[in-house]
Amino acid sequence: MIALLLRDIRLAVRAGGGFGLALAFFLIVTTLVPFGVGPQNATLALIAPGILWLGALLACLLSLDRIFATDFEDGSLDLLATAPIPLEGVVAIKALAHWLTTGLPLTLVAPFLGVLLNLPGPGYYWITLTLAFGTPALSMIGAFGAALTVGLKRGGLLMSILVLPLYVPTLIFGAETVRRGTEGLATGTPLALLGGITLGAVALLPFAAAAALRVNLR
Amino acid sequence: MSLWEYANPRRFMAVTDRWMPWVFGAAAFCLCTGLVWGFFFTPADFRQGESVKIIYLHVPAAMMAINAWAMMLVASLIWLIRRHHVSALAAKAAAPVGVTMTLIALATGAIWGQPIWGTWWVWDPRLTSFLILFLFYLGYIALWAAIEDPDTAADLTSVLCLVGSVFAILSRYAALFWNQGLHQGASLSMDAEENVSDVFYFPLLMSIAGFVLLFVALVLMRTRTEIRARRLYALSLRERMS
Amino acid sequence: MSLTVTDLSCARGGVPVLEGVSFTLEPGQALELRGPNGSGKTTLLRTLAGLQSALDGGIEAPDGAIAYAGHADGLKATLSVAENLRFWAAIYGGGAIDAALAAFDLRGLEERPAGNLSAGQKRRLGLARLLVTGRAIWMLDEPVVSLDTASVALFAAALKTHLAGGGSAVIATHVDLDIGAGTLDVSAFRAAPAQGGAFDEAFL
Repeated sequence: MIALLLRDIRLAVRAGGGFGLALAFFLIVTTLVPFGVGPQNATLALIAPGILWLGALLACLLSLDRIFATDFEDGSLDLLATAPIPLEGVVAIKALAHWLTTGLPLTLVAPFLGVLLNLPGPGYYWITLTLAFGTPALSMIGAFGAALTVGLKRGGLLMSILVLPLYVPTLIFGAETVRRGTEGLATGTPLALLGGITLGAVALLPFAAAAALRVNLR
Repeated sequence: MSLWEYANPRRFMAVTDRWMPWVFGAAAFCLCTGLVWGFFFTPADFRQGESVKIIYLHVPAAMMAINAWAMMLVASLIWLIRRHHVSALAAKAAAPVGVTMTLIALATGAIWGQPIWGTWWVWDPRLTSFLILFLFYLGYIALWAAIEDPDTAADLTSVLCLVGSVFAILSRYAALFWNQGLHQGASLSMDAEENVSDVFYFPLLMSIAGFVLLFVALVLMRTRTEIRARRLYALSLRERMS
Repeated sequence: MSLTVTDLSCARGGVPVLEGVSFTLEPGQALELRGPNGSGKTTLLRTLAGLQSALDGGIEAPDGAIAYAGHADGLKATLSVAENLRFWAAIYGGGAIDAALAAFDLRGLEERPAGNLSAGQKRRLGLARLLVTGRAIWMLDEPVVSLDTASVALFAAALKTHLAGGGSAVIATHVDLDIGAGTLDVSAFRAAPAQGGAFDEAFL
């Protein structure tokens, strides 16, 4: 299991692995928003939490295809499916590797991008916290979407259509927590629900994703 | 006789062939009665005026939008557990009907909202949930369309339907949490306090029955088409083999 | 560590391709699958490896005995030869990779990225993976494609060592490996189109 985790991280970090692209995408999206809505600091401060969450979510989405697609193409997935690790474990580890190379870096840079959007003071704390709580769910749900579309030649766009509606609850609770936190309101409930979705996704989706992979491999 | 006998495609075709005219006839009767009764023989609402009458389209369509998804969920479960092909095909057949119902509910809701709330669209939890449901339908249909092998497609869409149902419910409550809305309370519920009055109630029931029957008729018809398409596919495979 | 297959039927894309396949493979034996393209050799191997389920019949093999090697080698282009092999060794419970490197003449290439190897070298690396799995029953799908004569000999030697050590193998191949294997012509088990347990038949 650890070998698989290390391999996936190594593959992501090596040339052509796509590590860093998600971060660059996040930066560019954040930069483009003020061009779209105007440079007024007050407006930007208002929408900053939502933009940061949306940017992180889209950056996460764009890197999902590397979870299973390359392994499917070069035959590794067949070999992993016949290996002594359960396929559910493979899915969970691959989602974890995806989170470590995408979700975690996104979480860490989000406060710096918050500066560009004039994020209010307490927002820095809340955006980091909610992204840390929420991005594992994004990776896990994404792994499920990737497992569904792994056998398709051009599954990228279809995967977005399948995955984005599944991201709705995470996005709502994540952005809502930041909004409330920034305004000094109570954040306990949305934060707990956000964490609940993440835990539920991590606990249950590996089974659904592994079932989808088995169907796609046969 | 067991219910599962209808899981045999040939038997399903033979039986539904006899039912089709009756189901369509009953749907037409209930719809016509319900809508004509509702549109022309009920008083205008004291606050909402004549615009309230869109309720006879809006409420049944909204109910069927949700029920169609529930039916797809049950059919998907039957396919995953018992591997009855008719079940998977019925789920496939119900999706476009469900998405149309969702669209009708959204459109009539917008038309109703304009005079009452003064806007075509608000991000009210109910409206938002229906929009999200619409997106789930789109994903489900797109996945069916994208996969060539029918059994693989049936398996994957069933798994998506299961996971999607959980997330649809989550989204519903997330939307409720996110924004308390403008939408009036349920038109029909066990809680009599917020119910509509009897004058509206009976024609509404009639048109709901009409929509249910219409849904059943359309799903049966589409399932029959899917079975025929599947038969063609099986025949062409056999052709290729020999 | 014997493999017993009784009356096996398998399908590809919902259509039955083979039915009534039966054989027993004892330790030390190898079985070559013969048959024209599209006759179901790959389908049979994937079914035996557990990647797809059989329509009917039974496969009896001890748990965790089967290693599968398909058309694709499952190599990562950006990982080095040693990293690729060490990864699979770790997945299968860890073991040294030296013997596998030596058996397929990959010494000296350890630090080369797998993407830089020639087609034959890649294939050899893919086959070397079998040795680090430590599994007894090999399912090999066209293992000698893109190998030159010398490499085929290397492979045959590795296979003989494996068999002598109590292992066994089912090999789909068109090349005679001269390892004293029995042959099984799968075209004899071709499923008759009109009958069979396929689901689609319900629609006819």
